[in-house]
Amino acid sequence: MSTQILIAGFGGQGVLFAGKFLAYKGLTEGKQVSWLPSYGPEMRGGTANCSIILSDDPIGSPIVSNPDVLFAMNLPSLDKYENDVKSGGTIIVDSTLIKRKVERDDVNVFYVPATQMAADISAPALANMIMVGKAIKETNAVSFEGLEEGIKKVVPPKKADMISLNLKAIETGYNM
Amino acid sequence: MANKVLMKGNEAIAEAAIKAGCMHYFGYPITPQTEIAAYMAKKMPKIGGVFLQAESEVAAINMVYGVSSTGKRVMTSSSSPGISLKSEGLSYMAGSDLPTLVVNVERGGPGLGGIQPSQSDYFQATKGGGHGDFHMIVLAPSSVQEMADLTIKGFDLADKYRMTSMILADGTMGQMMEPVEISDDVQITKYEKPWATTGTNCERKHNIVNSLSLVPEELEELNYKRYEKYAQIKENEQMAEEFMMDDAEICVVAFGIAARVSQNAVVEARKQGIKVGLIRPITLWPFPEKVLSKAADKVKAFISVELSMGQMVEDIKLATSCKKPVELCNRVGGMIPSPEQVLAKINEVKGGLK
Amino acid sequence: MKVFEKPKALTDAPFHYCPGCTHGIIHRLVAEAIDELGIEGKTIGVAPVGCAVMAYNYFACDMIEAAHGRAPAVATGVKRSCPDNIVFTYQGDGDLASIGMAETVHSAARNENITVIFVNNAIYGMTGGQMAPTSLPGQVTQTSPYGRDVNHCGYPVKVCEMLAQLEGPEYLERVAVNNVANIRKAGKAIKKAFENQINKKGFSLIEVVSTCPTNWGMKPTDALKWLDENMLPYYPLGVYKDRSKEEK
Repeated sequence: MSTQILIAGFGGQGVLFAGKFLAYKGLTEGKQVSWLPSYGPEMRGGTANCSIILSDDPIGSPIVSNPDVLFAMNLPSLDKYENDVKSGGTIIVDSTLIKRKVERDDVNVFYVPATQMAADISAPALANMIMVGKAIKETNAVSFEGLEEGIKKVVPPKKADMISLNLKAIETGYNM
Repeated sequence: MANKVLMKGNEAIAEAAIKAGCMHYFGYPITPQTEIAAYMAKKMPKIGGVFLQAESEVAAINMVYGVSSTGKRVMTSSSSPGISLKSEGLSYMAGSDLPTLVVNVERGGPGLGGIQPSQSDYFQATKGGGHGDFHMIVLAPSSVQEMADLTIKGFDLADKYRMTSMILADGTMGQMMEPVEISDDVQITKYEKPWATTGTNCERKHNIVNSLSLVPEELEELNYKRYEKYAQIKENEQMAEEFMMDDAEICVVAFGIAARVSQNAVVEARKQGIKVGLIRPITLWPFPEKVLSKAADKVKAFISVELSMGQMVEDIKLATSCKKPVELCNRVGGMIPSPEQVLAKINEVKGGLK
Repeated sequence: MKVFEKPKALTDAPFHYCPGCTHGIIHRLVAEAIDELGIEGKTIGVAPVGCAVMAYNYFACDMIEAAHGRAPAVATGVKRSCPDNIVFTYQGDGDLASIGMAETVHSAARNENITVIFVNNAIYGMTGGQMAPTSLPGQVTQTSPYGRDVNHCGYPVKVCEMLAQLEGPEYLERVAVNNVANIRKAGKAIKKAFENQINKKGFSLIEVVSTCPTNWGMKPTDALKWLDENMLPYYPLGVYKDRSKEEK
């Protein structure tokens, strides 16, 4: 089994971080993983995306052109990638920031007011992890078990206090 | 899996270089390889190594020249436009028979080009890389693990043959993360370097590291000798990986990211019943002529999948003595062929087979 | 009785320099400094491209031949990998002040702990007398046949003055080798430039104003006179930076 995930949003929304977490989570589950960022001049405020593949078999191309799962964290990302998602795939929309609905009817769509929810739990920078939580719930990309192990791999030791907040954000998204 | 960590390809190169005993790095920022410099800047001061941001690519390669003259392992890295600037130094290193490892994480060109992945420096890397008759050993990783492994191998080959090893990667390889395992205990072969300029201690005649030779007969002799070494390398160091080649009628040839994409296409084509395989050159110089020449007697056609305008096509034709047609399937300018594009090409070639 | 003899830090190879050329004197001054400081065994020299390109044959210490203008970068690599060795470059005006200007300025800015011997004779000697970055206004050369026209190709580069603006360098002095007194001063300056390195003080550059009788088209004695009358007014001798003095 192989799951191809595309996370897209503004630079600064934690797009790459969310992807890194999913990749590490997959790694701790014994999966083959790859993580490929868009790269370029956009550091903050521009568009950023990253492709993650989680697979039971060796991964050929790390490039995700037709994702199984799309995280649309802003409107330009939904506009750009909506039609690329595989039929039967999943789109998770940050409905705080994206007011329109997904137009396709052959995909599973979840509207998550992630930015608002993150603010509500006093973790305004963690809308990304709310989305991750929802993705874990609605797809079988990675397991809900052993979250902490995965989080510890991506939160640098200097920011160890962020581990519990990240976990809380994921759980909030998962349990919504 | 326990020891595996996720690393960017660029970081894997940097860490592997340190593990291979490289304690000196000089570079200049350029996308998409700057993570190598950043990693070195962070690590080197903590382990007693040297990281120095040079004023230019030209200066960086000449700092490398200086360290290499003293017999120590040293490296630099850049991306396409920066490698052009280093080509002066690469030629002098070749002329002085100095070992080093140079990394090129290619981006689209020519000129300033773009910053997205490319393989369009193939000619530059494999046909010399500067003025004069010379070669570099050119290694083409196609996974983050190989970014590390070939870095270690590259240092060894450089010392063994007293020449430059180049890691020829592309922006995707540099930027992607995959699980990688780098041993803490890399076996490093020690090569004697009696030629190194580390001070005579007034105990021996002075060593001279030099590429100047004003007597044509002598310079000719130096070139002949260097090419004897190159012949030895061609004989001993070719590396390639074969995938589903046993009964293949069509042989896809691709390296780096193009090989990853091609592998997907080959798997799909096999599902459709097409007898297709993949040869993935790992050394681009020496080009894996042996495996290709053998394949030429079995397959009916080759497809070169590249992120260039078909620069490798020529080497495939040479290696196979043009026995079978060589088709090109490519994207350029920072674009990457999709597995679907490669599959379509395989189908097209299949349709044309007798 | 002291018998005049060749410094030990020079090999027996005969110089290829033209009759009357001052490179021989400057080589000797460098070698004397190395002898006096007893550092030959740990010294590594970097030769330029230009007339001194074959300096690697003349100095008895380990030598490296650099690409044109890159000697300070090469020396940086050597010094960073062997900090306990003594590293010097020997460069001409085209090498140091034209094609290698970036390497010069940045190694000075980094206060790289190396010794730079900069031979300024206001012309490209090796290639047969073309205009140098230090050729004087009005100076006739092969590529400024009507005299250096500053409106067309600008003004000469005053290396010591320019580098003195930087925080980095430890010691900058301009000397000349046109008479005995100046040669003695030059020898002292060169020795100090090596001592600074031994004492880990950092970047020392000695600019040696010198002659090129062949390409200036003069007899050696006339060349020395021309240096005195034309170059020294434009390139005044003296110490341009000496941090050890500033600190006092």
